[in-house]
Amino acid sequence: MSESPDIRLGLYVPPHPHPLLAPEQNEGWGRLRDAFETCRQRIEESGVDLILIYSTTWPSIIGHQIQAHPNPVFTHVDDDFHFLGSMEYEFKMDSEFANCFRDFSEERGLHARTVAYDGFPIDTGSVVALKLLNPDNRIPACIVSSNVYSNRAEQIVLGKAARDAMSKLGRKVAVVVVASLSNRMFTEHIEPSEDSIHSAKDDEWNRKILEFFEDGRLEDISQLSRDIHGQIRVSKVVAYKPAWWMAAAMGQHNNYDGEVLAYEALHGAGGAVIQLTPAEGGIGDKEFDEDDVEFYRGDRSVLDQGMI
Amino acid sequence: MANGEIVLGCLAPHPPHVVYAENPEQNEPFSEGGWEALRWGYNMLARKLKDIDYDCIVVLTPHWQTYIGNHFLGLERFKNISVDPIFPNLFRFHHDIKVDVELSEAMQRSAEEAGIVSMMMRNPDFRVDYGTIVSCHMINPDWDKPLVTISSNRSTHYYSDEVMNEQASALGKAVSKAIEESGKKVVLVASHSLSHRHFVTEAPLPEDMSREHIYNHSQYVWDMKVIEMMREGKMKEVIGILPEMIEQTMAEAEGGGLTWMMAAMGMPDYPAEIYGYQSVIGTGNVIAAWDPNSSTRAIVL
Repeated sequence: MSESPDIRLGLYVPPHPHPLLAPEQNEGWGRLRDAFETCRQRIEESGVDLILIYSTTWPSIIGHQIQAHPNPVFTHVDDDFHFLGSMEYEFKMDSEFANCFRDFSEERGLHARTVAYDGFPIDTGSVVALKLLNPDNRIPACIVSSNVYSNRAEQIVLGKAARDAMSKLGRKVAVVVVASLSNRMFTEHIEPSEDSIHSAKDDEWNRKILEFFEDGRLEDISQLSRDIHGQIRVSKVVAYKPAWWMAAAMGQHNNYDGEVLAYEALHGAGGAVIQLTPAEGGIGDKEFDEDDVEFYRGDRSVLDQGMI
Repeated sequence: MANGEIVLGCLAPHPPHVVYAENPEQNEPFSEGGWEALRWGYNMLARKLKDIDYDCIVVLTPHWQTYIGNHFLGLERFKNISVDPIFPNLFRFHHDIKVDVELSEAMQRSAEEAGIVSMMMRNPDFRVDYGTIVSCHMINPDWDKPLVTISSNRSTHYYSDEVMNEQASALGKAVSKAIEESGKKVVLVASHSLSHRHFVTEAPLPEDMSREHIYNHSQYVWDMKVIEMMREGKMKEVIGILPEMIEQTMAEAEGGGLTWMMAAMGMPDYPAEIYGYQSVIGTGNVIAAWDPNSSTRAIVL
């Protein structure tokens, strides 16, 4: 397979439904909506023929699930924000890519499977991203889940498997990660006008991460994932995974042009729309201290190894 | 008007595998069976419920996860297809659910009066979670009673297991008060497993029982300890050690179901009826019931 897939741009966007369903209710949500619109135009201009989404709001348990239904149709309602309205969708998926992605995932030692069922519940984050970034379905898409038990090695190998499939099929790709920065929301109802980042600490960390993104330091953010998880992520899952996957899929280096198009609160969580464009040169390697991994060999039996 | 009452509390785990194995007409996939210890236990519990006079089933489910308090179903009917996001190969269930909106609203008001953040869910496109559907199908396959689903507030993740215990207890007491004032006879359902670590791979034939076993022995020991305490009527003690069990076994009680139900029932000190225990894709599942009526309470297993 080719070493350098044709990745035209990468996007990091928030999963909450507010920019889709209620952009007029809060100026910040409106600015996020405008940033999504800018990204939509840039995707259009970039000539990509695949939008590949990694969604943190699609949890999986049986390995890694990849959406392969050629034309999923449904009406989705968010568990928390059902009062904002329904999200009707009809998407166009790249089934050939989904199958190829699964095959390369398995070749690299991962348990992976495609899903193609009428009525399968596509998650809020993916629905929001696809409806705002690709509203007329001109560009086929693919969505991959986030396994709740997986950690760094598995996510990096999954990102590389995506890269394998991009190269094999010669796709021109927009890589989209759907995730919050800080993910602690308010646990009470708030008026839209009252929205703000949950705490000063969350805000400070978010802004530091955004500096890294603006400098194009994607691999550095990947290397700092464990710190980020400990500092500003509610422990719903074992780790902050999206930067691991994004860096492995786009290329594990810091050679990107970064642009933060918007950063706003979404019921307390940190929501940012960020673009990374592969570039020549960059800020260099700053934070690299974790090993790379090419093949997933499963959980190591630490207790067994210690037996005499 | 007679006081309302809770006539039975059920710990009813919701792995979609048990519905898949039963092959009801509402579910699209076909199976060759499997997980009989659980299914036959559920069949016994369903028969017991046929002999109990009740008006409504109230379920707290960890698969409707909310971060802004607890939400209550607030429309009379939800007709849709439920496709399990984790096991879509096993569960694609066509359902037509009727909701007791009057009771749901009363419980939500009672929660609000108790200072609990809560909300009614009134979006007609909302899809009822598969935890509710699996538990309710297995205890009442005729679907001839209305139900109310209450969402699981994720206070374990946002704060701690101890905070979850406090908040779920307060919710249970508020729900109990509303039921009493309603004059209705209600079955409560805590829809969840005990230990909850899954295997991350699946057998080519999911119902191949030669592949099914508990994820590890530690999970099994915890499950057995808790079941023993249930048999002894030590539910206050079970709720007390729940935070430790959750931490050590990833127990699905972290969603608040068992704590909520036990608080609503006044922390039963009488023996639970045990209907079955079995692992499903590595998780530990017990079907148990608490019958406040000593004349119908039985030693099942």
